[in-house]
Amino acid sequence: MPVNPELVGRQFPAAAPYLVGREKVREFANAVFSQNPINLDLDAARAAGYSDLVAPPTFPIVVQERTLAQLLAEPDAGIDFTRVVHGDQRFSYTRPIVAGDELTATLAVTSVKSLGGHNMVTSESVIVDADGKHVVTAISTLVVRGDE
Amino acid sequence: MTNVNVGDTVAQREFQLSRDSLVRYAGTSGDFNPIHYRDDVAKSVGLPGVLAHGMLTMGIAAQPAIEWLGDPGRVLDYQVRFTRPVLVDPERGALVTVVAKIGAIEDERLRIDLTVTFNDETVLGKAQLWARI
Repeated sequence: MPVNPELVGRQFPAAAPYLVGREKVREFANAVFSQNPINLDLDAARAAGYSDLVAPPTFPIVVQERTLAQLLAEPDAGIDFTRVVHGDQRFSYTRPIVAGDELTATLAVTSVKSLGGHNMVTSESVIVDADGKHVVTAISTLVVRGDE
Repeated sequence: MTNVNVGDTVAQREFQLSRDSLVRYAGTSGDFNPIHYRDDVAKSVGLPGVLAHGMLTMGIAAQPAIEWLGDPGRVLDYQVRFTRPVLVDPERGALVTVVAKIGAIEDERLRIDLTVTFNDETVLGKAQLWARI
């Protein structure tokens, strides 16, 4: 089943807020082999002017994931999860994520393209803080492999 | 940081990934797709074996550049294209090499271009990180 081209422009309801925990930041930083004290050590983060540990730049995937799950579950999307491959990924920041942030992500589909029997679905998840101010936008292209 | 030129290599690091690294990343990210830890499932969908999460590769690829920058909070924009998989052998793991070079310098920010290789082939395309100077 091809991906529904009418998804373009569709905006999903905001996902449930995500509270960034200090130990979660540490755990994620360790998992991506960070040795940076600003990711790991509270004194170092505070000495650098942050209120708490700073998350590594790919951390927003954890928050974005909730919105991608909404997209994949959309009944008329035509996206077969078992055929999905991650094509590209981008994070565009207004400010870094810091432990203690409460983040809310809202996804909109920006493009659906067909190429060589595959479908490419690009979405933007805009992530804001508890004051509604922009933190980061996470942009993904998912490649939905064709039948062959 | 002010006396660098476009084309300069500012950081380089090798990462030895193991199956443990993949399980750890699965746990922290919530991506429990079994192609990242089960050979039988990977093979059943036509893959040669267990693959690293693309987002793990993207995550480690930023680290050498951030070590050079000093502060992870300086990252303004980070993008990659996933072009080839990183196959992680159950015994030998996978050795991923990251080289970070200055790609562009502007008034208040600079671009660091990342070359990420596994088995002598690049695995990420257009891997670019913009940072505040």
